[in-house]
Amino acid sequence: MKTKRKQELTKQEEFVRAHRRHHHQVSSWRIFLFLLFLGVWELSADLGWIDSFFFSSPSRVIRCFAAQIGTNHLLAHIGVTLFETIASFLLVIIISLLAATMLWHSKKLSEILEPYLVVLNSLPKSALAPLFIVWLGTGSTTIIVAGISVAVFGSIISFYTGFQQVDPEKITLIYTLGGKKRDAFFKVVLPGSLPILLSTAKVNIGLALVGVIIGEFLAARRGLGYLIIYGSQVFRLDMVITSIIILCVIALMFYKSIQVIEHKIKIKFKL
Amino acid sequence: MQNILELKNIGYSYHSLHGETKALENISFEVCEGEFVAIVGPSGCGKSTLLSIIAGLLNPEEGTILFNNPDGSLNYPKIGYMLQRDHLFEWRSVYRNVTLGLELHHMLTPERLAAVDRLLVEYGLDSFRDKRPDELSGGMKQRAALIRTLALEPQLLLLDEPFSALDYQTRLMVSADICRLIRAAGKTMIIITHDLSEAISLADKIIILSGRPAVVKTEMPIKLTLKDDSPLAARNAPEFQLLFNRLWEDLTHENKT
Repeated sequence: MKTKRKQELTKQEEFVRAHRRHHHQVSSWRIFLFLLFLGVWELSADLGWIDSFFFSSPSRVIRCFAAQIGTNHLLAHIGVTLFETIASFLLVIIISLLAATMLWHSKKLSEILEPYLVVLNSLPKSALAPLFIVWLGTGSTTIIVAGISVAVFGSIISFYTGFQQVDPEKITLIYTLGGKKRDAFFKVVLPGSLPILLSTAKVNIGLALVGVIIGEFLAARRGLGYLIIYGSQVFRLDMVITSIIILCVIALMFYKSIQVIEHKIKIKFKL
Repeated sequence: MQNILELKNIGYSYHSLHGETKALENISFEVCEGEFVAIVGPSGCGKSTLLSIIAGLLNPEEGTILFNNPDGSLNYPKIGYMLQRDHLFEWRSVYRNVTLGLELHHMLTPERLAAVDRLLVEYGLDSFRDKRPDELSGGMKQRAALIRTLALEPQLLLLDEPFSALDYQTRLMVSADICRLIRAAGKTMIIITHDLSEAISLADKIIILSGRPAVVKTEMPIKLTLKDDSPLAARNAPEFQLLFNRLWEDLTHENKT
């Protein structure tokens, strides 16, 4: 009976099954690798293959995490880093959209500013951080500005490139229907470059996090970047590694949420 | 019949740092109301430039364009321009694509939308109004593009090789189909085409342009004995072969000199 049923599967059902099996295997391997890493790490620390003072271990991380939440306001540190990253991400998106729109509007302006953008984009932004500290002090503003500075120039260039890649004939179509330049922008250029805007946003959230951590290394009294620097200075490497792992989780969370938003927008605009 | 459009000595050049390229020189012709005019000529001779000038997207460097509206005024009439490809926006539904022109002119009025609805029904696209453009066949996309153009109720339609992106079989069907619809709507049409048989079967008058710089080489009125029939049947008219040969001679003769 069972074998007979198997034969009754249509090609379509077989395809769907194979597809599901593939995804199943991918996620199982991911989880397996993660558990393997934790197991080997814990085991080698327990057996003394690595010095858990320098390399920590999963159990020490968990203990450190629990202790930090109570004594050191770990959640507040996480909250600060999250807030600063989201703030600089949103500002990066707004600033680069406005800037790229201006560049698209005026070809002359874009030609004038091109070398400046290229230089500013290639400049290592950590070189600017000391200046920001002197100018803006050591508060959240400095950190947010540092986060913006890392992502914004590349983002302007990507947005502008996206705007330019829109089929010029589609813009001509707007003019043949009697539209103006602003119609061309809002009806064609902006919706037409939505996929590029979304993929750039995905990169930006990561870059904003990088900028915020650099800023916190140098100028903060709060945040995960501060915890990492502080932990390394007082040789509490458990604290450093715990913070790094929390950063991993944050990065994953950001990426996933942008992916969800991207998916929703794509469905809404039927892309 | 009354002239709707009169071109007088139109000239246009493209400029670059390497110098001036004359595209059009001394182009003059007239188009009557309800007339179908085909423009043929070697590729790159400036046919599209000419259409852009008539559409008002480019200003002629020399010469004048006169429009006689049916109401007697000399204002710019409403012109519909169909490009080579349909350029339906994939981020809009078919319905939101065909109402794009009205949206740009802030004319999404109940009367206009009712007219669009009638066109959708007439052109067999009514059940596809909420579909995405890539779910339509090539011919349906062209029909949708035509509705988008007609929604603004233009008096004069300009078609720039509107069927060249279609495969041959579809092209025969769609060109016949679209032209029937435009004729039924009582519009005047200027069409650019590479396809001589298409020109003969669709047009009342063919204007043959020379190579660069383009001048009007010949104006050839087309009178087929089967005129009432579809453009597909027109290919069987007894005069068809003769006209084709004359057209071919005019074009190739040009290329040799």
